Order: sequence, then structure tokens, then C-alpha cells
Amino acid sequence: MTRRGRRLSLIAAALAVVGVAAGIALYALRDNIVFFYSPTEVVQKAVQPGARLRVGGLVKADSLIKLSGENVAFVVTDGANELTVAYQGLLPDLFREGQGVVAEGVLEAPGQMRAETILAKHDERYMPREVVEALKKQGRWQEGEGVAKP
Amino acid sequence: MIVEIGHFALVLAICAAVAQAIVPLWGARVGDNELMEVGRSAALTQFALVAIAFAALVNAHLTSDFSVLNVAENSHSAMPAVYKIAGVWGNHEGSMLLWVLILAVFGAIVALFGRPLPRTLRADALAVQGLISVAFLAFILLTSNPFERLSPAPFEGRDLNPILQDPGLAIHPPLLYLGYVGFSIVYSFAAAALIEGRIDAAWARFVRPFALVAWCFLTLGIAAGSFWAYYTLGWGGFWFWDPVENASLMPWLAGTAFVHSVAVMEKRDALKVWTIFLAIVAFSFSLLGTFLVRSGVLTSVHAFANDPRRGVFILAILALFICGSFALFASRAPMLKQGGLFAPISREGALIVNNLLLTTSCATVLFGTLYPLALEQLTGEKITVGAPFFNLTCGALLLTACFVAPFGFSLAWKRGDLLGVAQRLTVAIVAGAVTAVLGAAWLRGGPILAPIAAGLAIFVIVGSLTEVVMRLWRPGVRPGVAVKRAIGLPLSFFGAAIAHIGVGMTLLGLAGVGFGAETIATLHKGVAERVGPYAITLDSVGERVGPNYKEAATSMTVRSGDAVVAQIAPARRQFAARQMTTTQAGLATLDFGQVYVSIADPTPDGDVPARLYWKPLVTLIWLGGAAMALGGALSLADRRLRLGVAARAKASGGSLAQPAQ
Repeated sequence: MTRRGRRLSLIAAALAVVGVAAGIALYALRDNIVFFYSPTEVVQKAVQPGARLRVGGLVKADSLIKLSGENVAFVVTDGANELTVAYQGLLPDLFREGQGVVAEGVLEAPGQMRAETILAKHDERYMPREVVEALKKQGRWQEGEGVAKP
Repeated sequence: MIVEIGHFALVLAICAAVAQAIVPLWGARVGDNELMEVGRSAALTQFALVAIAFAALVNAHLTSDFSVLNVAENSHSAMPAVYKIAGVWGNHEGSMLLWVLILAVFGAIVALFGRPLPRTLRADALAVQGLISVAFLAFILLTSNPFERLSPAPFEGRDLNPILQDPGLAIHPPLLYLGYVGFSIVYSFAAAALIEGRIDAAWARFVRPFALVAWCFLTLGIAAGSFWAYYTLGWGGFWFWDPVENASLMPWLAGTAFVHSVAVMEKRDALKVWTIFLAIVAFSFSLLGTFLVRSGVLTSVHAFANDPRRGVFILAILALFICGSFALFASRAPMLKQGGLFAPISREGALIVNNLLLTTSCATVLFGTLYPLALEQLTGEKITVGAPFFNLTCGALLLTACFVAPFGFSLAWKRGDLLGVAQRLTVAIVAGAVTAVLGAAWLRGGPILAPIAAGLAIFVIVGSLTEVVMRLWRPGVRPGVAVKRAIGLPLSFFGAAIAHIGVGMTLLGLAGVGFGAETIATLHKGVAERVGPYAITLDSVGERVGPNYKEAATSMTVRSGDAVVAQIAPARRQFAARQMTTTQAGLATLDFGQVYVSIADPTPDGDVPARLYWKPLVTLIWLGGAAMALGGALSLADRRLRLGVAARAKASGGSLAQPAQ
């Protein structure tokens, strides 16, 4: 094969692989992206029941209820709006009332979601960035609060 | 006082690095040997000074000198010594110092053992390495000084984050950094080759050992990190497609592509421009990884509370080195002459397919990692691109690469016979297909990906073994002859075989996930709970006190039928200094699988809520990583790769060196 022919076949092969990869990526993006909302945005954007979403905010004080069979429910709040989260499983080590949390799952009904994953952060000084911003929007966040001193 | 010496040494180190970045480069341009030699002494001096600084910080941590801010924030006098030392890099400042130390180590290695290299190439490479050091030393001194004093000194430190108080911290970051930063030397050599405007097979022979070292460490580092996350986070996940994990996966993918393409360049003098490109890309991803981890732009389990100025500084370093090298690449790459011709069906052709798949999968990971960031900047929408996206895109490409691997390994250089290779691989193909069908039958309607992955894994493992056997033995060959042939074959052949088997092992371990079982239950004393083929019984619950924590410890028995197969002791630790709780999973390795139990706080009447898992073949995921690294190390030991041999081959005129136009 000539040098030119080889180069052309190389480029064609590269384009084919990249094209297929881009196709798969676009397909995957359509189904597998999860939007992040604060409880207020869930209300404002009228998120439909059945949608996958991540919700971040603070666990409302005294809202954690332990039900039977490792089922729990708690309320996530950003100060203005609230959302009840139901979850089956063990809560992460750093899960506390009054602390930041991110829940990922499916909205079952307005104001109610079933979570499959609950994230709380490793470090008690660190608040999930998404939660900080959600709280900032509601004017419930003071700069420097809960963040490590440099 | 020692702390100030450390700080001062760091300032001197940046001076040495500036000299290392400028003098040899100038010397190479004017052809002055003595100026070029300055690069060597500057690199060694810089290494010594950074080592002093690092030792000073280790000393401060070991002696719990809480007048140092870094120690006060991240250490505690009651911690065991090993965690005091590991705590040095368990925080932002210290980990950056480790980064620079390793950078200096690699510079020093080139300075010490780079004698057989052409003088100008070595001088240029050391200069580029020096420039990287300057940038990162400036970063440490200006934004992340680990030697900052605290006055008044507190009586006790704030303790190291309990999650980090684990042998994993002593192992994972240094290994990972050796890998990350090891690619800096490959990058420096690529830049040097571009500055010189010439590159040949001898260059590939010089650089390949460094690339293999970096790749081995990166492989081990990722495997260690994955295993650490697996046993420490309490739910047995070993890979999260977390942005920071992606940040380590991207240089690994690019580096894997590089160690393959550099082999083509060394043996066949082809793919030169592409290899140089990959060398730049691999280290660029290391820099990008450092940026993602250290700037706090991404929400991640690895994120530290951070100072935004640092992000801007690293972004500037990133822009300088990536843009600079690509500008150099664009201006010089056309000057590099292309070498050896080959047919599309050949080992070279297969390696190109491997490179295409690896770099494309790397691109999908990059896209998935950065897309949420870009979208948030542009539209304000916050999204997560999670595991399903990566599994589908990157997974599909990497599975295809696994499928190609045994073919490439069996094809001849220059012109191969695909049909012949397919015949050689018949046993492997049949074994893989049977595995996949049996797996699918076993799962019946379960995830289809798991049996496919298992089949591919068996294909890769059996295919690699077949090739080894075929090279040594055919029916009728006496065993003595086979042994002689084995001794005659280069070590790098066995290295490649073992690395490919390692890939197969990891894939088999990943496939095993689909065959596992999981239960969430409240355990009562003496009542067995089933998970997979095993039954787990809670025997006792008690309190225990450790050096800086107290824990609720349990003891459980794992039974298979009536036979006791293991005892496990999952626990929950309460760390007073940070008011934090961690989960210590109970693990029992049975064959290659593991029973994994993590518990929540015991109830007052002594019951224990727990997650129970049976994870078949899971240990193969990390054993495969170890096998890959072992394969890399074997290739490294190949005598043809020693620097002296490369130089002699070049001196004897037997090399394929081609001067620039």
C-alpha cells in the first residue's frame, strides 16, 4: 500500500471510530444525564413526577423518621421550599440533621422523591458545592460559614 | 528551626530549578558542553533541596509541631506514627510538595543515568523538566506554603480526616503521583525532541523505560485507590466515575496508548508524530488531573475546602504547558520524518486500532468529566454525568479494545495473516463464547453486559496464554527445546503476555459484579442471614477503644452450608477530635470473591443493621492491576531496554536514526 493510501485508510478508520464514539456518547447523554435542583427549583421548574433528579439542601432538623426494614424518610430544605425524601438503606456516616446532603433518585409526586443514593461529604468542614449554591440563592448562606479557613 | 530550613531549602530549590530550566537549554543551542552539564548538577541540587524540604515537613508531622499550621490542621499527637507520616500528603500543601519531590526525583534520575543519551537531548529534556519544577515550586511557595507558622500554637492538632487514617493513604497517593509525575519525563523528552527537530527509534528506546515505570506506578496507584475506596466507603463500590478518578484514568488511558505506540516506533520506526503527540497528551492529562483535584472546581469525594486563587494558578500552569507544547508540536511535527511502511493487517495496524480505541475512550471520559462544568458555565444548569454514560461510551470502546488485544498480540509485524491468527486463537474464541453463553444462562434475564465481559475476559486470558505456548511449543517439540526457546524470547514478550492476562483478570473481576448478591438486613444475635451462597451470623457486639477513636465492634461468622469458612469483624469508629464516624467493613476473601459486611450503629438492644454483599471474583479487579504492573516491570527488565544497549546500538550504526531535513 502506498504511503498516501495508508494515510487515507488511517484517517478513515480514525473518523469511523470517533464517529461511532460520538454517536454512542450523544445517545448516552440523552438518557443518562441527571439534573441538579434545589427544592425551590423543583417547584419553580415544575419538574414532572417520574423524572430522575438530584436534590441538594439541608436535612431539616427533627425530620428524620426511621420506618421499618431499613426504610427512612427525611425532609430536605433550602429555607424556602421542602421536599420529602424516602430512602431504603443505611445512611452515610456523615448524614446529620441540619447538615448538607445530596439525594439522587426519582420524583414520585410533587414534593416527594424516592432516593437511590444519598451523598454526604467526607469532611465535616466541607459542604457540597451544589448545596452551597442552592442555599446562596435563597440567601441562607453566609460566606465563610462551614468552610475551612485558608 | 528545622521548619525554617525546610522553607529556605524550598526557596533555594526554585533557584536551582530556574538555572536548570535556562542554562542547559542555552548550552544546547550554542553547543557548549559545560553549560549543558549545568543542567545535571542543577537537577541533582534541586532534588537534594526539595528532599530536605520534604524531610523537614515529615519531621514536623512526626514530632507533632503544632506551631506549623499544616501540622495543626491535619495531625494529632495521638495518631500512630505511620499516619503521622502519611498525613504529610493527606492535605493539599503536603501533597503538592510530594508532587514536586517526585518531579525532582525523575529529573535526578535523568541527570544520573542519562549518560548514554545524546548531550543536547539530555540538556533540553532536563531544561523542560526544570521549567515544570519552577512552575510547581512557585505554586507551592506563593499559594500553598506547607511551612506556614501558626501563632499562638494550639495545644492539640485538629486530627487527620478519619477517612484518611488508613494504610491506603500511605500507599495510594505516592504510587499515583509516581505515575502522574513520571509522565513528566516522557513529556520533557518529547518537548526536547521537538526542540531538536529530530526523533528516531533510539529516542523511543530511551523513553520507553520511563514511560513503563510511570505506567506501572499509575496502574498500581489506581488499583490501590480503587481497593481503598472499596473497603473504606462502606458499600463496596470500587469505581465511581468520580471526576477525580476520571482524572487518573485519563492519563492511564493515554499512557497505555503511549507504551503501545512507542513499541511500534522502537521496532518499526513508524508512528513517530503520533507517539510524540501521545507523550504530550499523557502528561497534559496528569496536569489536568492535578488541576481538577487541587482547584475544587468539581464536586467530588476528593475535594478539599479550597482557596480559589490556587485554581487560577494551576490553570495558568496548565495553559502554559499544554498550549506551549502543542504550539511546539504544531511548528515542529511536520519536520519529523515518517518511517517504516506496513500493511493494515499487521501488528502495527492492530496497535493503531488499540491506540484509536484508547484515545477515543479517553476523549469520552474527558467529555463526560468536563461537560457538566462547561454546561454550568454556559447555561447555569447543573447536571451530573454518571456511571451509565461512562459505562456505555468508555465501556464499549474498552471492551472493543480487549477484543482486539489477543489478535494484535498474535499478529506479525509489517504484514500479518488474520486468518492464521484467528485459527491460532480458536481455543480462546471457543472458551470465551462458552463462558459468555454459560454466564448468560446462569443469570437468565439479568444484565447482559456481565456475561459478555466475562467471555471477553476469558478470551483475552486464554488468547494470551495460547500465544505464549505457540511460541514455545508445537506438538512434537521436545520440552528441552521449549525451555531453550523460552530463555531466548525477550522478557518484554512475557511482560506483554502477563499485562494482557492482567487486563483479562480485571475484566473478569468487573464481570463478577453482575453475578453478586446484596442484602440489607438487621442482624440479631445468633440468627443467620443469607447472602449469595453464604450465611452470616452475628456473634457479639462490643465497645473497644483505639489510640484516637472508640469503636462499636462486632464479630460475625460466615458459613457455607454448615461449615464455618471465615470470621469477620465489621465495626464503626467514632473519632472524637473531628466528631466523625467511619465504617470499617468486615471482609472475608473466599476463592477470588469476597463477603463484604458494613454495619450501622447497633441499636440499644444489641441488634445491628447491616449491608451484606457477596462479590464473586472481585479481588481479580486489583490482582489484574498488579499483574499489569508486573508485566510492565518485566518489560522494563528486558536487557534491550537498558540505556547502555540503546547507546551502543546507535554508536554501531545499527540504528534506524534519521536526521532531520
